[in-house]
Amino acid sequence: MSERERIQKQRSERTSEASSEVSIDATKGDQLKADLDDLLDEIDEVLEENAEEFVRNYVQKGGE
Amino acid sequence: MAIAKVLGIETEYGIAGGPDYDPIASSSIIVNAYAQQGRTRINWDFDGETPDMDARGGVDLTSFAPIVETHLANTVLTNGARLYVDHAHPEYSSPECRTPLEATLYDVAGEEIMRRALGIANDSLDPALAITLYKNNSDGKGNSYGTHENYLVRRDVEFAHLVRAMVPHFVSRQVVIGAGKVGAETEAALEHNPAFQLSQRAEFFEEIVGLETTLKRPIINTRDEPHSDAERFRRLHVIIGDANMSQTATFVKLGSTALLLAALEEFGPDSFPALPRSPVHAVRAFSRDLTLREAVPCDDDRSRSAWDFQDELWHVAKDYVGRTGANAVAESDEVELIMTHWREMLDGVLDDRDSVADRVDWVAKLRVVNGYQERYTLRDHDAKLRAIDLQYHDLRPTHSLAQRVGLRRLCSEGDVREAVHNPPLTTRAYFRGQCVARYPEQIVAANWDSVVFDLGEGPLQRVPMLDPLRGTHALTAELLETSATANELLDALDR
Repeated sequence: MSERERIQKQRSERTSEASSEVSIDATKGDQLKADLDDLLDEIDEVLEENAEEFVRNYVQKGGE
Repeated sequence: MAIAKVLGIETEYGIAGGPDYDPIASSSIIVNAYAQQGRTRINWDFDGETPDMDARGGVDLTSFAPIVETHLANTVLTNGARLYVDHAHPEYSSPECRTPLEATLYDVAGEEIMRRALGIANDSLDPALAITLYKNNSDGKGNSYGTHENYLVRRDVEFAHLVRAMVPHFVSRQVVIGAGKVGAETEAALEHNPAFQLSQRAEFFEEIVGLETTLKRPIINTRDEPHSDAERFRRLHVIIGDANMSQTATFVKLGSTALLLAALEEFGPDSFPALPRSPVHAVRAFSRDLTLREAVPCDDDRSRSAWDFQDELWHVAKDYVGRTGANAVAESDEVELIMTHWREMLDGVLDDRDSVADRVDWVAKLRVVNGYQERYTLRDHDAKLRAIDLQYHDLRPTHSLAQRVGLRRLCSEGDVREAVHNPPLTTRAYFRGQCVARYPEQIVAANWDSVVFDLGEGPLQRVPMLDPLRGTHALTAELLETSATANELLDALDR
């Protein structure tokens, strides 16, 4: 099972619990999602535009 | 009894750009840019460097001992740190610190020093040749560079006991302090084709115990270079950590390791969890297991996951703290802070990852990687996801993703600014840093355990500092305050 499936499964398990907890969880979940959306917007603004080239060109000599 | 856990971190930074894309030249530009803004250049003194000395006894002629390069840029800073070019990377070795929180502060000060060096260097370079620096540990193509911790340990602790007690911690601590990585890059790890790993470094480890740091990297490094009185002290050189952007992760990495070493000195290795039967398999498998539940067989016929190991080790530390107060590591408030963060991070990674995304680097990184992948329906390992991984560690405030993901700060900006210039007060780094600040014209060289003066006439004079806990503010501040010149200082030391 992938990581995301596992988390989704956990979430769906949680939502079957008592109804008051469901609404708290839902509000908290909405807030987390909104926060993540804002963060992803911000990352879109600063992430290197040509990701392919940026990643390819990052080559290091070993160290230590 | 446990001795004071004097400690510090050395970090090799990833480097890109610069004239001719030559990383050695670019690293020299970075180090020289910072060194030349001071009044003078003070060289590193290589006397006492014995990286080929093996803690298991004698010199190991069969292994690839590291080569000390003496011709590259190398300098000592007023905060007691060493800034230099190591192979093809600029490296900052923090001054010796007395507690995990102080060592975290000086690690963060190292980031700030690299950021300032980068600014000075790039001001003098054509923008097309600008250099960038990354606080990470691999290039995603099979090349790794290190973040090494150092801890002062009693010489009479048997090396076999260090291995017995600490291997479980070193293979499992990545669940709370791993820096996270998209994909894999060594042959053995690529076979499993993980989308994401907990650790940058885990897949590069091939041995349990050994002297090397660049080939066949061992979980326990045996370099026996105490930089202090070898009759009394050992310096445990830990090469298996990731470079953390999260200050709390750095703090828990140092704090948990220091507490466990002190517990070992105090009570011996019996209360530590048994070794995994194959530690190398364990460290790599744990890194790929995002469920944190994959268990490996251990010497006591039980099986443990990385999380199980950490849970048991937390209790070993807890017991040590309860029975002794853990003064060897820090004062009680700080010890409490280590134990609380360690526990919360451990519980959070298992049950509520969002609650520790402000402290655990791999969780913070994975949250962004998963979110981005979902938003744009990208495949695993997409270049954009790899770019996120890399840019998480970018030191430039304009590009750093770590600065945007909401990581908690442990060290105030004011404290970091102070630590860029001033040494810690409670180790010999105080004397080194103060000498560099006060008598730069008379110091020709310095290293971890001595400062060498040239007074213009007579032979060079070496002031030895074989005890890391002497040369402190309490012991030398008055002497330094009342010595207007290096001559006066040396006269006073002779008396």
